[in-house]
Amino acid sequence: MTDTIISSATRNVVIGFDRPFVVIGERINPTGRKILAAEMAAGDFTRVTEDALAQVAAGAHVLDVNAGVPMADEPAILAQVIKLVQSLTDAPLSIDSSVTAALASGLAVYQGKALVNSVTAEDEKLEEVLPLVAKYRAAVVGISNDESGISEDPDVRFACARKIVERAADYGIPAADVVIDPLVLPAGATNGSGAGTIRLIRRLREELKVNTTCGASNVSFGLPNRHPLNAAYLAMAIGAGMTSAILNPLHAEEMAAVRGADVVLGHDQNCAHWVATYRDPDQDPRRQREGRRRRRAENA
Amino acid sequence: MSTADDLDLSSLADDDLVEQMHDDLYDGLADEVAEGVNILLSRGWTPNDVLNKALVAGMGIVGVDFRDGILFVPEVLMSAKAMKAGMAILRPLLVETGAPRIGKVLIGTVKGDIHDIGKNLVAMMLEGGGFEVVDIGINVSADDFMTALDEHRPDILGMSALLTTTMPYMKVVIDTLKQKGRRDDYIVLVGGAPLNEAFAESVGADAYCRDAAVAVETAKAMISARRQHAVPAG
Repeated sequence: MTDTIISSATRNVVIGFDRPFVVIGERINPTGRKILAAEMAAGDFTRVTEDALAQVAAGAHVLDVNAGVPMADEPAILAQVIKLVQSLTDAPLSIDSSVTAALASGLAVYQGKALVNSVTAEDEKLEEVLPLVAKYRAAVVGISNDESGISEDPDVRFACARKIVERAADYGIPAADVVIDPLVLPAGATNGSGAGTIRLIRRLREELKVNTTCGASNVSFGLPNRHPLNAAYLAMAIGAGMTSAILNPLHAEEMAAVRGADVVLGHDQNCAHWVATYRDPDQDPRRQREGRRRRRAENA
Repeated sequence: MSTADDLDLSSLADDDLVEQMHDDLYDGLADEVAEGVNILLSRGWTPNDVLNKALVAGMGIVGVDFRDGILFVPEVLMSAKAMKAGMAILRPLLVETGAPRIGKVLIGTVKGDIHDIGKNLVAMMLEGGGFEVVDIGINVSADDFMTALDEHRPDILGMSALLTTTMPYMKVVIDTLKQKGRRDDYIVLVGGAPLNEAFAESVGADAYCRDAAVAVETAKAMISARRQHAVPAG
């Protein structure tokens, strides 16, 4: 049992074994989104606002926020975006940057316990990022690569993960606050690498006893019909023990895979979430009830 | 949501309370249904009235919406659980007062077949429909059916099968009844995914029930038809 608790000012989300899978919405990220990047650089957060609300409505439990606009003041923009998004929703945030100064600026304004995204097993990164994570008592995503790059060998990636967990402990960060990204390689470029990743997820859970996350859409990079492939990967990875993923919650296939995996694993009590999501809303007579009627408590 | 949860059942007038209990059954809220039952009893309602007006009527709504694809299996199971919470309070009182039940059903999954989700659902919905239900489980042989029929003397025999390989056993049970000259003592209802009307007719059952809600409707209709046609005793 490993629980990674992250929070906003008013809400906890727990990433954990034997719990519902946690979806981290990936949309607030200007990488590859020209219009969003231009808006963010100009201080226009219309699209950020829309993305935040739409992702929460679509079922994201946590929102990733990234302000990596080229040639812009990333630390300042990231802080602004965090303040804005926290005013819009009570979903906890994953503060996403490869620039340590931006992580610091984001953490300084964040309300609650953030997920810092991310640190790698590179010594320099560990020394920069982990003190920040410790200072703000945050949780951190650890990406299982080091100075030598991303290994196709799952054993090497496991060793990177172990190094991150051990180094975090040196800074007083418990293993429960380290969420390992085992790195999903594109299946189209590295034939069969998914099987190694699935085994790695299991090892991370059983041997390192850490929670895991991933960018699920990497698996389908360069291939047609990507969403069902992402969904297949997600379902298998969750079956192997993966406990969260960064993905676009607006994609129905991926979300159905996540919710379906929760049902199959018994993490959706009475299938209440599945039924509530997929029942024809016009068919639910509870919607016609007025305020006086009792409603079933949400299964947390 | 929290404000709605704080609803004080004891502050509601009888009609509103009964309506609320229908909603609570629908929502599968066992504690609230049990509380409602106790409040009605404390207001002098007879156990039979509580059963019929609150529980049976409420489960009727559940049954219809299940039949129509509005409610799904886990929800109906929760509703049935809530109903059982109410029944647990009422059952001893009903026995004490000798209140008449609609009828008695003996139900089981036939020999060779261990599937019981559908059969259990039917049993629960029948109980929610006001029937007394004796569930004799799975993998039931013709002999075991005969013994149980002798012991419990039901009005209705219900048989379930999920496999094409086990459903013909229903005919074995019905033929056994015929050999013993007891086929007409019981209404025989059959159900299960691979069955249909034609199959039910071919094995000599009285009716095929497509789902749990239809089973309740059919059981009620056949009981009342039988009672109307029955020669009044003595």
